Amino acid sequence: MNHKREITYFAAIHEATDFCLKTDPKVFLIGLGVPDPKGIFGTTIGLQKKYGPERVMDMPVSENGLTGICIGAALRGLRPILTHQRVDFSLLSLDQIINNAAKWYYMFGGLLKVPLVIRMVIGCGWGQGAQHSQSLQALFAHIPGLKVVMPTTPYDAKGMLISAVQDNNPVIFLEHRWLHGLKDVVPEESYTVPIGQAKRLKEGHQLTLVASSYMTIESLKAAKILEQEGIQIDLIDLRTVRPFDQELIFQSVKKTGHLLVVDSGWITGGLAGEIIAQVTEHQYAALKAAPQRLALPDIPTPSSPALTKDFYPGYRQIIEKILIMLCCQPKEIQAVLKKIKDDGKPHDVPDLSFTGPF
Amino acid sequence: MTQPIDAQILLSLYFQILRIRRIEEKIVELYPQQEMRCPVHLSIGQEAIAVGVCQSLEASDYVLSNHRAHGHYLARGGDLKRFFAEIYGKESGCSKGRGGSMHLIDLSVNFFGSTPIVGSSTPVATGVAFAERYLRQKTVTVIFIGDAVVEEGVFHESINFAVLRQLPILYVCENNLYSVYTHLRDRQPRREISSLAQAHGAFTLTDDGNDAVKVYASSKRAVEHIRQGKGPAFLELSTYRWREHCGPNYDNDIGYRTTKEYEDWRKQDPLENLQGSLLSQGVLTHGKIDQMEKTARLEIDEAVKFAKSSAFPKGPVQESDVYAN
Repeated sequence: MNHKREITYFAAIHEATDFCLKTDPKVFLIGLGVPDPKGIFGTTIGLQKKYGPERVMDMPVSENGLTGICIGAALRGLRPILTHQRVDFSLLSLDQIINNAAKWYYMFGGLLKVPLVIRMVIGCGWGQGAQHSQSLQALFAHIPGLKVVMPTTPYDAKGMLISAVQDNNPVIFLEHRWLHGLKDVVPEESYTVPIGQAKRLKEGHQLTLVASSYMTIESLKAAKILEQEGIQIDLIDLRTVRPFDQELIFQSVKKTGHLLVVDSGWITGGLAGEIIAQVTEHQYAALKAAPQRLALPDIPTPSSPALTKDFYPGYRQIIEKILIMLCCQPKEIQAVLKKIKDDGKPHDVPDLSFTGPF
Repeated sequence: MTQPIDAQILLSLYFQILRIRRIEEKIVELYPQQEMRCPVHLSIGQEAIAVGVCQSLEASDYVLSNHRAHGHYLARGGDLKRFFAEIYGKESGCSKGRGGSMHLIDLSVNFFGSTPIVGSSTPVATGVAFAERYLRQKTVTVIFIGDAVVEEGVFHESINFAVLRQLPILYVCENNLYSVYTHLRDRQPRREISSLAQAHGAFTLTDDGNDAVKVYASSKRAVEHIRQGKGPAFLELSTYRWREHCGPNYDNDIGYRTTKEYEDWRKQDPLENLQGSLLSQGVLTHGKIDQMEKTARLEIDEAVKFAKSSAFPKGPVQESDVYAN
């Protein structure tokens, strides 16, 4: 067996879905475009041919209705995987997600479970603007009864999708569009990555940097550059945003005394604020300075590249913020930022291979 | 022509209507004690629909409902003690006091839940029917909806999918003319509600929802259609809510409907009319009526006693109450 096999994020999602369909006849996959030639960014290609139209299917353009139908199917013991090509489309189904999926177990005294996975694609659009590239994790993470995961690496994407399908609760599975092409070592065999556990990606003692999904990639870049400057960052990839891993974050903050949270969602009422609130409430004594956050400014996503340039925080902003938090002088900060080599790609694509249109 | 209906079924229809009427009248009587601390949406005047439809089902079939669910739950055979206990907010309630009157469930009779967002349980029921088809079961799933549900987009999304996939589901529309206090004419244009379902391609029937015998016969036809694998059916039944939208009182004085309108519908009492008809047919006797009244009364008194003497749930709510293992 090739233990160093590298596959992309979308191939990892595909492999996890394939495994779930193969091993549990109660799993079915439904979503707009699931069997079409593009196959939800390549994550569902060929699965209908393999498992048949009764288990892998397209659907009418009825996000709310089909979410309810998947909930009903889940109440009868099936395990639906419902996919949306954009998180924005799922907003049509909030009644079903919030009023039914999240509450059926609770409001009927635990008699019926809702083992449902809803895959949604979030994040930076290529000029896709206000309604095709939102990051709405905070909206779902606000709701008791839902679990919300947003894996960063292909390894975690595979393991967490399998965990999500095996979970007896509704799980919102958020995939950042800019992660789909990312490659990573992913074992061919099946495995699970538990929901609710964050992962320390870099060990350091000077500052705790908490990130999730694509922002973890930017944070990792930032941490590596800072390492060259002799600054050691404790980088935590959240992986699950509800319930999030309080323990690992608290443990890290107790060590570093400094906390920066970066998030791909909006700053107001967002996830970063929630994590900072919990740390401040429970670990106030450990903090050496006020925790900080980096997230999207409170405006809808622009479309023009001229406007998206300063909209999304990236590794440069993370580095700058960290240096300020660690009380570096403006001159020192500018010196570090000047040293950073340009990565040679336009700001509005995940990598040079991405040429649109979506 | 409909076939003559067996006397045992007629008596069952009558007893079920009587029983639900007396149960809800007991709620009316006890509600002012302020011990039932949740909203109640009474189905008094509309019982024939719940009873007629449930009479046409098999034990293996599934039923889901809406905010006005008492009749549906009870007609389906939901446990009466746990019903009262739920309204009293007790741990012994059908939803362990987590639901209240609007969230009734009894898995022992495949009553899969009722929810109070208009139209919200419609796709869920459609999904139960989808799963039954997926699992190669021969059941029928029934969802009770009101006339306002067809104003919700999700109704059309659900029935569109059900017809597309020929799912074994029966949509029972109780048209009682009002959504809260808003009359149908202020909400929908002048056309038959059933024509919407017909346009979606569903097998559609309409009938008098205050006549349990007619409801039973129509529902039986619809259920047979579904069981033959011919796809979903839609049954529109006219009826009238006697009491206020929510609560135990009459509300003909507050100005949204007239006393005359109420009195006209009151003459179509599903209980009295069926009683008269069965007495004249000789199926029912006054002696039997007395016996049924007594049976219902004893059962209700016992259930209320159970509910009142049951313990409240112990708080606070745990994470394990919210998330399943």
